[in-house]
Amino acid sequence: MHSSKDERLITVLVADDNATDRAILQAILRQQGHRVLIAEDGQQAVDCFRAQRPDIVLLDVLMPKLDGVDAARQIKVLAGEELVPILFLTSLTDTDSLVKCLAAGGDDFLSKPYNAVILQAKIRSFFRMRTMQRTMLEQRDQIAQHNEHFMQEQIVAKQVFDNITSGGDMDAEHLRYYLSPLTVFNGDVMVASTTPAGNLMVMLGDFTGHGLPAAIGAMPLATTFYGMVDKGFSMTDILAEINGKLKSILPVGLFCCATIVEMNFRKNNLRIWNGGLPAAYVYRNNGTVEQVKSTHLPLGVLNNKKFNANATLINMEHGERLYLWSDGIHEARNHAGEMFGEARLLAAFDKNKNAATLFDELLQSVKTFVGSSQKSDDLSLIELLMAPPSSAYVTPGTEQALSQSQLAEWSLSFVVKPSSFAMFDPLPLLLSVLLEVPGLRNHSGTLYTIISELYSNALEHGVLGLDSSIKDDPEGFEYYYQLRRERAQAIREGYVEIKLAHKTHTEGGSLEIIVSDSGNGFVLGERIKHNDTDYCGRGLKLVAALCDTLEVRGAGNVVAATYRWHTDD
Amino acid sequence: MTVTSTVSGDGKQLTIVIDGRFDFSAHQDFRSSYESLETKPERFIIDMTDTAYLDSSALGMLLLLRDYAGGDAAQITLKNASSDVKRILSISNFEQLFHIE
Repeated sequence: MHSSKDERLITVLVADDNATDRAILQAILRQQGHRVLIAEDGQQAVDCFRAQRPDIVLLDVLMPKLDGVDAARQIKVLAGEELVPILFLTSLTDTDSLVKCLAAGGDDFLSKPYNAVILQAKIRSFFRMRTMQRTMLEQRDQIAQHNEHFMQEQIVAKQVFDNITSGGDMDAEHLRYYLSPLTVFNGDVMVASTTPAGNLMVMLGDFTGHGLPAAIGAMPLATTFYGMVDKGFSMTDILAEINGKLKSILPVGLFCCATIVEMNFRKNNLRIWNGGLPAAYVYRNNGTVEQVKSTHLPLGVLNNKKFNANATLINMEHGERLYLWSDGIHEARNHAGEMFGEARLLAAFDKNKNAATLFDELLQSVKTFVGSSQKSDDLSLIELLMAPPSSAYVTPGTEQALSQSQLAEWSLSFVVKPSSFAMFDPLPLLLSVLLEVPGLRNHSGTLYTIISELYSNALEHGVLGLDSSIKDDPEGFEYYYQLRRERAQAIREGYVEIKLAHKTHTEGGSLEIIVSDSGNGFVLGERIKHNDTDYCGRGLKLVAALCDTLEVRGAGNVVAATYRWHTDD
Repeated sequence: MTVTSTVSGDGKQLTIVIDGRFDFSAHQDFRSSYESLETKPERFIIDMTDTAYLDSSALGMLLLLRDYAGGDAAQITLKNASSDVKRILSISNFEQLFHIE
């Protein structure tokens, strides 16, 4: 009751043609601390209201020029949304007259003779109402403003998102898709791009949750996908990379159900990995449907050590199609709250006569089911058709451009000098270079062993002159590595050179590893003889088994190994 | 590379976990993990869940352990090795000398 607004100076307009009544009211109101404006008829009251916008209006019902009822109507129009309480002043006491006052837009009435206490109470009460209504209007405007701001932000965010996601090949032939207009804020994301080998890679993701948090996760997914597909990384590498990235940035509980597909139009097959999305359907030429169910956890749940990127290989004939969707279709509801569900989906396949029109039929049947009153704005549907690639794609120019975008043909020579022998291990550095080569990532364990063996051989036997036979018993083993430490620290000359040369071809590539050292060399035959239980001597045998070729050159201080890899490994 | 080991409550089983690269730089830690024990365990588990790479000196170390644990009578299990690591073990015929799971 004592809020400062309540106590604010209240401006009251008094309109009465009777000078005495006017004077009495004016005196009471002034005494109660209000500011008073005076009008002698209805017209003056309207003019005064327009000019001075009083808080509360007291109107005599019967006045010359414009009576109270008409003046009230005009004032209400002028007031607009604002609540301006109008109290009629009347000596009439019959019910009819009083009702008429209120019907004309009055909010209350005051009977003559005036009671100062009641007058004060009513003024206060209506002023409170007016303040409350004004606050409400302000808040409403604020909310509207915030909402408009938010919508604008969403539009900008969507533009940014579209720019990122449209980096690929969404118009690729044999690909059709439908995404609801504001899908990004439903948490659905779709990316598609063509690999350097001409395969089409498509990914549909559905982030848990809605709104901005879900959309934020889609950004790294899209940029990683496009960056890696362009460079020719395998689906397995891409999945692992996206999984690792999402795992590290998303809070627990937020993750991404996804299906990724790589269509190989030359070999008529596809690889598919489904982690948490509804089963994808393969629509065969004979009309049957095969489901590819989710067999993996969604992206961003497991750390990469536990993550399994194994994909399923499916052969397809020309004309056969694959359908992907998020749960938006299955969970679309009709008026009765029923979900569209798998049975209706299968029925739509059953009814289909011509595979080319199935995509539209599916969308149509979901939309018809949902009807007009419900929103159906989180539908995502993708169709992939197995068909021969158009000849235009494999122009020589394109091929050249594509191979430039990846680390295809290169070589490097890396020489380790004496002062580095004791402390420096070249393996992590060289391995990190090799991991930049698409296709070699899956081979890191094997490559590590090969290079590590060849380097250790060159350093220990070639440069440091250690003899493996020292390692023939447990103490010798210990002694051998103690010697190695000592000699590596003491040595002042010598070198080990590691040369890596890499080439890609259509279905993979080959890596040549040449390790040479400053030592006197050795005879290969002597090195590869040992029992399975000897502590040493299996290094080169291992390398020979892991590589495609292995040969000793020069005086035996140069070892060359070739490692071939295939895209399908 | 880190080598950590735990002995079972009854002292009969030793589990050695090798994290990262398993090569000669691990040999002192690896060896002391079983040689420093007061009683010699009956069973040995080498947990290779987090073993990224392996080279031939690691194979030598495994054989050292095998001889320490009784040679042909040794009960040593190498578990959770990645496919890369398994391949290396298999090229050296280690499945005939160790229990690999």
